[in-house]
Amino acid sequence: MNGIYPGLTFGKATRDAYGEALRDLGAKHSDIVVLDADLAKSTKSFTFGEVYPDRFWNVGIQEANMVGMAGGFASSGKVPFISSFAAFVILKGYDQLRMAVSYPKLNVKVCGSHGGISIGEDGASQQSVEDIALACALPDFVVCVPCDEHQMRAVVQAAYEHDGPVYIRSGRPKAPLIYDATPADFRFGKATRLREGGDVTIIANGLMVGAALVAHEELKREGVAARVVDMATVKPLDVDEVRAAAADTGAIVTAEEHLLHGGLGARVAQAVAATHPVPMEFVGLDDTYAESGDPEALMWKYGLTAKEVGDAVRRVLPRRADHSTAVGAGARR
Amino acid sequence: MKQDQRQARGAGARDIAALERRAVAVRRDILEMLTEAQSGHPGGSLSAVELVVALYFGGFLRYDPNRPDWEDRDRFILSKGHGVPVQYAALAQAGFFPREELRTLRKIDSRLQGHPVLGTAPGIEASTGSLGQGLSIGLGMALAARMDGRDVNVWVLLGDGECQEGQVWEAAMAAGHMKPGNLIAIVDYNKFQLDGAVADIIGIEPFADKWRAFGWAVRECDGHNLEDVVTSFDWAQSQEGPACVIAHTVKGQGVTFMEHQNRYHGVAPTQDELARALAALPLHEEGGE
Repeated sequence: MNGIYPGLTFGKATRDAYGEALRDLGAKHSDIVVLDADLAKSTKSFTFGEVYPDRFWNVGIQEANMVGMAGGFASSGKVPFISSFAAFVILKGYDQLRMAVSYPKLNVKVCGSHGGISIGEDGASQQSVEDIALACALPDFVVCVPCDEHQMRAVVQAAYEHDGPVYIRSGRPKAPLIYDATPADFRFGKATRLREGGDVTIIANGLMVGAALVAHEELKREGVAARVVDMATVKPLDVDEVRAAAADTGAIVTAEEHLLHGGLGARVAQAVAATHPVPMEFVGLDDTYAESGDPEALMWKYGLTAKEVGDAVRRVLPRRADHSTAVGAGARR
Repeated sequence: MKQDQRQARGAGARDIAALERRAVAVRRDILEMLTEAQSGHPGGSLSAVELVVALYFGGFLRYDPNRPDWEDRDRFILSKGHGVPVQYAALAQAGFFPREELRTLRKIDSRLQGHPVLGTAPGIEASTGSLGQGLSIGLGMALAARMDGRDVNVWVLLGDGECQEGQVWEAAMAAGHMKPGNLIAIVDYNKFQLDGAVADIIGIEPFADKWRAFGWAVRECDGHNLEDVVTSFDWAQSQEGPACVIAHTVKGQGVTFMEHQNRYHGVAPTQDELARALAALPLHEEGGE
């Protein structure tokens, strides 16, 4: 996917970082158990299983049973990390996530790998475009979409330290590096401001953070100063950061590798409406599944690149309350 | 943990007559709380009375009502969550909470939710009510105990209609493979589900063969004969791998006008019906209250 993140360097896939972080965490905490549903080599949970076979269960192709078992482990004092493709663990395990995890507020960590459409050739049945909305609908769940390998490591650590259910989305392809090292200050519900700017704020997560940074550079050349916020935690949302974005920049664009319904954009819009209403535009999948194809080609076709982020900014700027001064104003600030 | 290293539960002769009296007392509590609530599921609560009584009062479950979170307690999961009045009655009579609290069943602000909820009434081990899930949760608990070398048995009570759920067989298959010797499934085979007879809707026979094929040791019993129930539970907890007791029961057992009558699946008794039912369930003077 080199073509859609010019200027950025690629690191590992977030799923690789998940497996490594889990293995490292396992050395420190004997209460961690890991379950997978016959996708351990893809989710990378096997990285843990290789080192701690007595704390690793591959339950076979049984997502519902896996989630239920995790509830039993958690209520017995263990800290289960369970994984499968996002499309399977969330959709086939949803009632179980509700009854055996969310409702009883149990300490289960769920990793849905192969999130979004960037998994590519396998096609829409394996691509997850609705997991964030569904995970956010489970009370008490923390919902997190890390953007790169460094942030994923911090997220796995934070997930262990958090007493309660957590959903983590990981991705299949190598991800552009946003951070230089594991961010020491990461915590759930706290966004990271990556670029300052006064004309508009781009709020993104996952792979779309890279697209937002690319868009930031392109917009700068047009004289638009775009603030870029990495909103890795979709729930709980960093409402203070959203309010600040609205108040400081007067317009917001969200970008996510997910349906527009119920994900990052919808949650940011709710916070904007409740705190400081400003015009918004939304980048994401508009009521559609994707299809098979090369990941980069899919991101282009379904509008998940820096180009769409930039276009969304160009659409929202004229809607700003003080739009006559908005465009080009950033260059002077 | 090897079977011979595990502590025997309730070893020695059990007082079957005392268990029978206890069953009467539990039935009375079920009928009274459902009448007070004016909603709930009498049929499937009454069919499971002897099974639950044997577990809580026959020495099979190790528990301490003053320490419901005791790590070495045995676990009981009511996977057929709609039958929870029988568990609430047993928990109250076992001292987990006051019997007067039974009258709050299904009412606002009560710990006694319409279906079991972990973290509400003490003694409830899992949130159930969406059918098919308890055996998976129990399997997780059984493996966690095995991992820690804890002598903990996990008992899961399933409904017969519930066994139409695919997740039951996911869990059965996984347990058949992982072979936890501390996991016991009991099926309250009362032959009815909400819409009618199990055999007419989606039959589950040959039922024992299904469990055997999934790697379980299976024994069938008369689920209202406490001698038979106790003997079967003794057998089940001495198995090396997962064991299933298929208990043949009668929906509405103990209340003549409810027995085999599926319309009492989810309809509470009226005051008149309660009076008739209680008259036929006299408390013995040494009754187990």
